[in-house]
Amino acid sequence: MDEQETLRVSKIKNGTVIDHIPAGRALAVLRLMGITGSEGHVVTVAMNVRSGKLGKKDLVKVENLELKAEQVNKLTLIAPTATINIIRDYEVVEKRNVKLPDKIVGILRCTNPGCITRQPMEHVSSRFLIVSKSPLRLECEYCGRYLEEEEVLKQLTQ
Amino acid sequence: MWKFRDVISILDFNREDLEHLFSMTDRILERLFDVGSLLDGKIVATAFIEPSTRTRLSFETAAKRLGAEVINLEPHISSMAKGESLTDTLRMLDDYADLIVIRSPYEGSAKHAADVCEHPVINGGDGTQHHPTQAMIDLYTVRRLKGRIDGLEFGVVGDLKYGRAAASFLYGLTRFNVKRIWLISPEPLSPRPELMDRLKSLGVDIMKTENLEEAVEGVDILYVTRIQKERFPDPAEYEKVRGSYVITRKIISRAREGLKVLHPLPRVDELSHDVDDTPYQAYFIQAKFGVPVRMALISLILGAF
Ligand SMILES: [Zn+2]
Repeated sequence: MDEQETLRVSKIKNGTVIDHIPAGRALAVLRLMGITGSEGHVVTVAMNVRSGKLGKKDLVKVENLELKAEQVNKLTLIAPTATINIIRDYEVVEKRNVKLPDKIVGILRCTNPGCITRQPMEHVSSRFLIVSKSPLRLECEYCGRYLEEEEVLKQLTQ
Repeated sequence: MWKFRDVISILDFNREDLEHLFSMTDRILERLFDVGSLLDGKIVATAFIEPSTRTRLSFETAAKRLGAEVINLEPHISSMAKGESLTDTLRMLDDYADLIVIRSPYEGSAKHAADVCEHPVINGGDGTQHHPTQAMIDLYTVRRLKGRIDGLEFGVVGDLKYGRAAASFLYGLTRFNVKRIWLISPEPLSPRPELMDRLKSLGVDIMKTENLEEAVEGVDILYVTRIQKERFPDPAEYEKVRGSYVITRKIISRAREGLKVLHPLPRVDELSHDVDDTPYQAYFIQAKFGVPVRMALISLILGAF
């Protein structure tokens, strides 16, 4: 990390810094975390920042909010390289690694129009099991249809 | 091990479960005990939102033969026709009945029903992969006719992409040590990657072919399903292949002795009537086992024995 970047990362007092997000996916990360901006937290987004590891990366800082493990884990769907730093009083007190959860509930949409989760009257949340991590492949718990990485990215970055 | 279980997918059951079901079916067929009042005072609800006369009547007959009362949801005249959701309808049935049998056009409805209902739910056919009770009947038929399922060679022909009876039968076979399975279908109806992956992960010897005549020569059981015209993106493609997947007396004359032909019925023209009076015909026997297998299943789930 160069000096300029260190500054960006460590400057918040309390909260969460999500670093090493693949370039261009910061907004999708926020969306996935359920952060819309209306919660009132100060949110800083840096996109296409220079990074030794990735060439370019994105960075997200959310002040006065410590992300929960399950929120963090969802990140693996679109940002498997991400690192999460929990900051208290300007210090990194915890580094969390993202770990893919067993199930993804309610974030993604099944591609099968006949699936029960696609029927608006029934109010059934989508549920996907992880079939493979790399490349990412999920399986709808209801209809069994696969959801491939490409489609996951498309849905989360739209 | 069966009491109060939901029956959503044949994959929810292991070999031991299935063997137990089969031996209970044997006992029912041998009239070893009086089943007529086993389910006295119980109510079985059927919710066939997608019509299927055969399956619904089979469940209804099975329940009544055990002494249970049956209530049938009539979706076109029920509150669903007025716009009530399936979910709320299921909640209502759950209040009334001890067991719910569901078939719905939405894929995954049976699993959803099991989540919503406190009482056990049986999947009467759902989506492109699951028709567990049909698979139980099919496996039972093979076991009765051949004395075993292990070590046999199977051919499954027809619509392997959308056909849930075929998919469920294939999943069911993975619970036994079968010798080999031939998947015989035209390219546009070949199995989805989901099905292939699962079969491979379950360690079955699988061969794919478009050539029915070649596959027929080696199998002990030929499981035939319908090829529906509307499944083809291009109707011309359908016209081109339809004849190649019709089972006739001539085609099975190449088969090994003792071949048995199964079909979940109803059939249209994929299974020629000239097979009916050959020793290969086993689909009418298979159909006869529908009620006793479902009787055993319902009894086990409701804890009658
Ligand atoms: Zn689905």
